[in-house]
Amino acid sequence: MQNYIWLIPFFPLVGFIINGLLGRNMNEKAVGVIGAGAALASFITALLTFNDLLGLSPEARVFTQTLYQWMATGNFGVDVAFRIDALSMTMVLVVTGVGFLIHVYSIGYMHGERGFFRFFAFLNLFTFAMLLLVMGSNFLLMFVGWEGVGLCSYLLIGFYYDRIFDETTGLTCAGAGTKAFVVNRIGDFGFLLGIFLIFATFGSLDFETVFSKAGASLATHEVSTGVFTAIALLLFIGATGKSAQLPLYVWLPDAMAGPTPVSALIHAATMVTAGVYMVVRCSIIYLQAPIAMEVVAIVGLATTVFAATMAITATDIKKVLAYSTVSQLGYMFLACGVGAFTAGIFHLMTHAFFKALLFLGAGSVMHALSGETQITKMGGLKKYTPTTFWTFLAGGLAIAGVPGLSGFFSKDEILWKTFLDSPALYVIALAAAGVTAFYMFRMIFSVFYGAPRMDAAVMHHLHESPKVMTVPLMILAVLSIIGGYVGIPHLNQFEHWLEPALTRFIPAGASLHAGTHEGSFSLELGLMALSVIVALAGIYLAYQIYLAKIGAADQWARRLSGIYNLLKRKYYVDEIYDALFVRPLMWLSENFFWKIFDVKIIDGIVNGSAKLFGGLASVLRRWQTGIVQNYAVTLVLGLIIILGYLLAR
Amino acid sequence: MQLPTLPKANTPSIQKFITPTIRVFMPLVYYLLLSALLFGIGVAGVLLRRNAIVIFMSIELMLNAVNLTFVAFAAHLKNLEGQIFVFFVMIVAAAEVAVGLALIVAIFRVKATVFVDEINLMKW
Amino acid sequence: MAINLQSVLFFFFSVVALLSAIMMILHRNPVYSAIFLIVTFFALAGFYVLLNAPFVASVHIIVYAGAIMVLFLFVIMLLNLKRDAIRERGKIVRRVFATLLVLILLAEIAVLIGGSILSSNSDGAIAAQQTIVGLANGSSDTTTVVGNTKAIGRELFTTYILPFEIASVLLLVGIIGAVILAKRNLT
Repeated sequence: MQNYIWLIPFFPLVGFIINGLLGRNMNEKAVGVIGAGAALASFITALLTFNDLLGLSPEARVFTQTLYQWMATGNFGVDVAFRIDALSMTMVLVVTGVGFLIHVYSIGYMHGERGFFRFFAFLNLFTFAMLLLVMGSNFLLMFVGWEGVGLCSYLLIGFYYDRIFDETTGLTCAGAGTKAFVVNRIGDFGFLLGIFLIFATFGSLDFETVFSKAGASLATHEVSTGVFTAIALLLFIGATGKSAQLPLYVWLPDAMAGPTPVSALIHAATMVTAGVYMVVRCSIIYLQAPIAMEVVAIVGLATTVFAATMAITATDIKKVLAYSTVSQLGYMFLACGVGAFTAGIFHLMTHAFFKALLFLGAGSVMHALSGETQITKMGGLKKYTPTTFWTFLAGGLAIAGVPGLSGFFSKDEILWKTFLDSPALYVIALAAAGVTAFYMFRMIFSVFYGAPRMDAAVMHHLHESPKVMTVPLMILAVLSIIGGYVGIPHLNQFEHWLEPALTRFIPAGASLHAGTHEGSFSLELGLMALSVIVALAGIYLAYQIYLAKIGAADQWARRLSGIYNLLKRKYYVDEIYDALFVRPLMWLSENFFWKIFDVKIIDGIVNGSAKLFGGLASVLRRWQTGIVQNYAVTLVLGLIIILGYLLAR
Repeated sequence: MQLPTLPKANTPSIQKFITPTIRVFMPLVYYLLLSALLFGIGVAGVLLRRNAIVIFMSIELMLNAVNLTFVAFAAHLKNLEGQIFVFFVMIVAAAEVAVGLALIVAIFRVKATVFVDEINLMKW
Repeated sequence: MAINLQSVLFFFFSVVALLSAIMMILHRNPVYSAIFLIVTFFALAGFYVLLNAPFVASVHIIVYAGAIMVLFLFVIMLLNLKRDAIRERGKIVRRVFATLLVLILLAEIAVLIGGSILSSNSDGAIAAQQTIVGLANGSSDTTTVVGNTKAIGRELFTTYILPFEIASVLLLVGIIGAVILAKRNLT
């Protein structure tokens, strides 16, 4: 199977080409079949590869395939090569599996849209780029995929290019796409610097080479901690941009301008997790830079809390989920920061399941309500759209951390490892888990329970979504429920599967600083119980405020109006960025770079050199007097000079 | 190749008087200096006079100075090629004068002047 | 340098040639300039005879003095040229400059020929100087070349037949050109 791993990104690429070039003239069914079929073919190939990989012993579980040599100049050589080990296998399965389900869902959701073929083409292109990202065997190919998913994110967010997204700020959908791209770019700058530093330090960009040398440095200390810290922090800046952490998270809420399947696939399950994947992939570098790991943990935790608080007051159903995504990504980075890399990937996987489920469910709700997105105008959908309700509830319970579902196991793993590293961080993370449960069930209660608050016209068209949309929901619900059992404590198959891929670079006899904390099992059980209590408390609080008494929510909002407004206005972060960065930059561009630098200096040089020649010519022109004798004088003068030269020699 | 032999001329040795064969010449330097002076005078004429005809005549003077150099060298190096070359120079000078004077006449018809500093149509 | 007939004739002819040349370029009436040029030509013919080139001397008189200068005089009279203006307006600088140039040119040529002012490390000039000095000492052998008609004719029609024929074509071209250029446009 090793020689066929190139097929995994190849199928979506073919789907993109066919749908992109010919989709305009095909009917919806054909486009949908090609798009979803490409994803399915990728998934099946990935499953076969997984099967083969399982057959090998843990140390040998690496497939590599080099397609061709891309660049070779001097010391710098980069191949287009793929690497499948446990980590990338997990990512590939998540991307292709969840991706396939979302492709199927989109056939129903995007039915009748004007750019149907364009949507599927971009979706396939995104899948291709994401697979390049996770399967690339060197940093450069990963960066190509990184940029590719950024591009597809821009294309898909701005899919409804002729619509306004936010009426209050006037942000168009295309503008939201631009915002995402530009903010990502800022992160990419850090990423690129990190790649340069990696090349300067290790002389190569290939994962195997770099990580072997990094691992060897554990024992020999030939690369200083300072260099590792610098690399780690620079790469983390890139992760901040792509995975929407503080301070570069501002693009994700506005990315909800895109169609809901896009939010599910790109901004929940796959693209935003690229940062986490990258940090975990470079775990050997992070492990040797403790300061960087502290930074990662703190930034992750801060993001978790920050986003969770903003989700409490959001009223757009997709924005609640967007803040929730930012918050959960913070958990993943917290896990990486305390050294629990496998726990981070575990949460990535379960999060992909339930967050995609929640987004697709939200899409189903919007579909049923003819496009309504404000949860204040929803209610009582429980009896009108039962399938959506039950699957949504499953996702909500999973994310809240109710025991037995997948989210419980993954979140608890993170909390446990955080406690072992620093109890202070644990307390804050636990509180954030409670807030998560609160806002999640606030949304569920507002949407599905209580009295309907929809308009009459909307009520009239209320209907459950078609099978093509509800079947993926059901599959994802099943995965959300049972998906966590691979990682239960003490029988942690997931950890056994993933750990060798990360520790194979550590030479025998060297020691790790983080990630080796041990604690007693009873303590772990105790903490587990604590988190269950906190989650249930959150759900109860949401019930009290949003369901038990009508109007209780508004009362609380008035009582805490100061905090409420702050949260509702998203801490004014967008306004601060606008004033601090956007406006000065625009002013600078217009008044300095354009009016002075471009017009005066650059145009001045270009026009000036033309004027210089013109001036020179108008002076030299006077030589042509038209009087022959002057020319004769010049002739004689030249003759004298030549003769003089010959004589002097 | 064999030329037809001419009948022996019955002319008396008057030829000896008319064209005596000179065996010793003035030193070459004098001839060269003289032709250089004539050449310089010709150049001065070209540069200093306004009348196109006089300029043309100065050019002829320059050509003749060169002719003198050729003949002088031919005599001193005992080589007839110099004189042959002078012959050809004269031919070319003749043709050149004919055409040049025709040009001056043509210009005179248009501009009514032969003074070269008034003919500056090529001025920028 | 010996005072014999040859040197006397040489100096006489050279004085005549130089004086009439200078008068030619200085005189303002173009007809007088033409006459002076003819005198110069006669002096040059004398030189040619002195240099064992009687044929060249004859052809010189016939072609130059007899045909070319006559053509010059025809054109001068055709154009009805008057005396040139005495002074030109504000062209003094050019005249001074031109005179200067001519003097420098003459000086350079003199240096080239004489070789006595040259710097010591130019070999070409010294070699030329030696050749000229060697030549200047005169040749006293008896085998001289006589440039009489027979000799020149033989060379022209054997070795130099091709240039000779081409020269005749050139003259033809000159004739045609002159006729076309000077033709009055008959509209």
